[in-house]
Amino acid sequence: MAFISAFDVIGPNMIGPSSSHTAGACSIALLARKMMPEPIESVSFTLYGSFAKTGRGHGTDRALLGGIMGFETDDRRIPDSYAIADRDGLSYSFSFDTAEEDIYPNTVDIRMKGEKGFSMTVRGESLGGGKVRISRINGAEVDFSGEYSTLIVVQKDKPGVLAHITRCLSDRGINIAFMKLFREAKGETAYSIVESDDRLPEDIALEIRENKYVKDVMLVQA
Amino acid sequence: MDFKNGAELLELCEKTGSSISKVMIDREQELSEKPLEEIMDRMRKALCIMREAAETPIKEPKKSIGGLIGGEARSIWTRHSEGKSMLGPVVSRAMAYACAVLEVNASMGLIVAAPTAGSSGVVPGVLLSLQDEYGLSEEQLTDSLFNASAIGCLAMRNATVAGAVGGCQAEVGVASAMAASAAVELMGGKPSQCLDAAAITLMDMLGLVCDPIGGLVECPCQQRNASGASLALTAAEMVLSGVKSFIPFDEMLQAMYQVGRKLPSELRETALGGCAATPTGACFGCAMNK
Repeated sequence: MAFISAFDVIGPNMIGPSSSHTAGACSIALLARKMMPEPIESVSFTLYGSFAKTGRGHGTDRALLGGIMGFETDDRRIPDSYAIADRDGLSYSFSFDTAEEDIYPNTVDIRMKGEKGFSMTVRGESLGGGKVRISRINGAEVDFSGEYSTLIVVQKDKPGVLAHITRCLSDRGINIAFMKLFREAKGETAYSIVESDDRLPEDIALEIRENKYVKDVMLVQA
Repeated sequence: MDFKNGAELLELCEKTGSSISKVMIDREQELSEKPLEEIMDRMRKALCIMREAAETPIKEPKKSIGGLIGGEARSIWTRHSEGKSMLGPVVSRAMAYACAVLEVNASMGLIVAAPTAGSSGVVPGVLLSLQDEYGLSEEQLTDSLFNASAIGCLAMRNATVAGAVGGCQAEVGVASAMAASAAVELMGGKPSQCLDAAAITLMDMLGLVCDPIGGLVECPCQQRNASGASLALTAAEMVLSGVKSFIPFDEMLQAMYQVGRKLPSELRETALGGCAATPTGACFGCAMNK
């Protein structure tokens, strides 16, 4: 969001008590859920810093679990998320790491396992006022907020992949708001993050996958 | 038609002959590129959530997660409805509503951050109480939320609304300044008077620290929301009586920001100073975080 909206002031509409520890936690988990290609069977959360210290008193755990089940920040089911997860057969666990200090204060690692065995770990940070960012995928550093529709491409660090991605987007007339590239090391796994003002067509993932160096494509609609 | 500070906002109001709320609605329409009806509906929905949160705990009090609050809204309401309030209906209702919203917030209920969750009681407290007293329409109240958001917007842009950055003066202080400005517009004041009321409120709350007991958004947050609502009404009353703010709003906002940045970290949401570090507060914090 390039400007401060009236609804950044009067809002978000949210389940209390804290925009960072409750609403932000819910948003991070909801983003993580959207990144999973299949339904989630089990999830484990590791909370750090202030999340670990005061998370329970802020319902951070319940908000995280709610987000994983697809609840938005204003969903009244958040306080009952443990019971709902139990009923739906979602297995979950929490650990609270208060020892780690070299980390942003409101950080969570979310390890998800899908029904068909796909697994992924996502790190999210709650930045205050309900704003969040995803800072790691499977240990690799990335950076996106989920405020825009986001395309995440996991690829081999080879020439031409980026050109392929931008061609697919421009063929569909999609305007790129931001584009960032992250890589583990030269020639290794890289991540392209594209944020767009428009909703991304669902089948664009298939098209992007056609490049032999593309390993995986995730779409997170705003 | 964006504005970077209070002076530019006033210029826009004068040039167009509009209220602050009208300027803010036009700005929202222009910058978000969304239709007017969608914007108004979204604010109406926020008002509905605010009202429910302000009224429910008066009928059904609920204990907070941390157990520090619950039932305060009903107590204040009861005394008011028995005709015993010293402060009169407008202030006592505003206090009761403000406390109520914080009770809902602290028990994982649905609220609207305004501008934050910890300060979410002030704006609904003041506006709903004025509506009760003067029979204001839903449209008037919805518009006034845009007035309040103009003040909040400037605080977010030119200072901060985060307790971790600027202390409680940035959270409840800004919420109260927003409420004061909206109250002045609702009672027929001019745009310049709205900003004066906001400036006086910031002046009154200058230096207020953020020191939540046990790190929770419960106490002193709830009490400060009630006090913030009453201060907002006090400032609005002063301005409507013809009192002016000696210091312009933009300068007061900068003063608040400067003071906030000078606060030691113990007094910025870390629960290491102030109320949180009193023997009683610290004792509760330790027991809870074990």
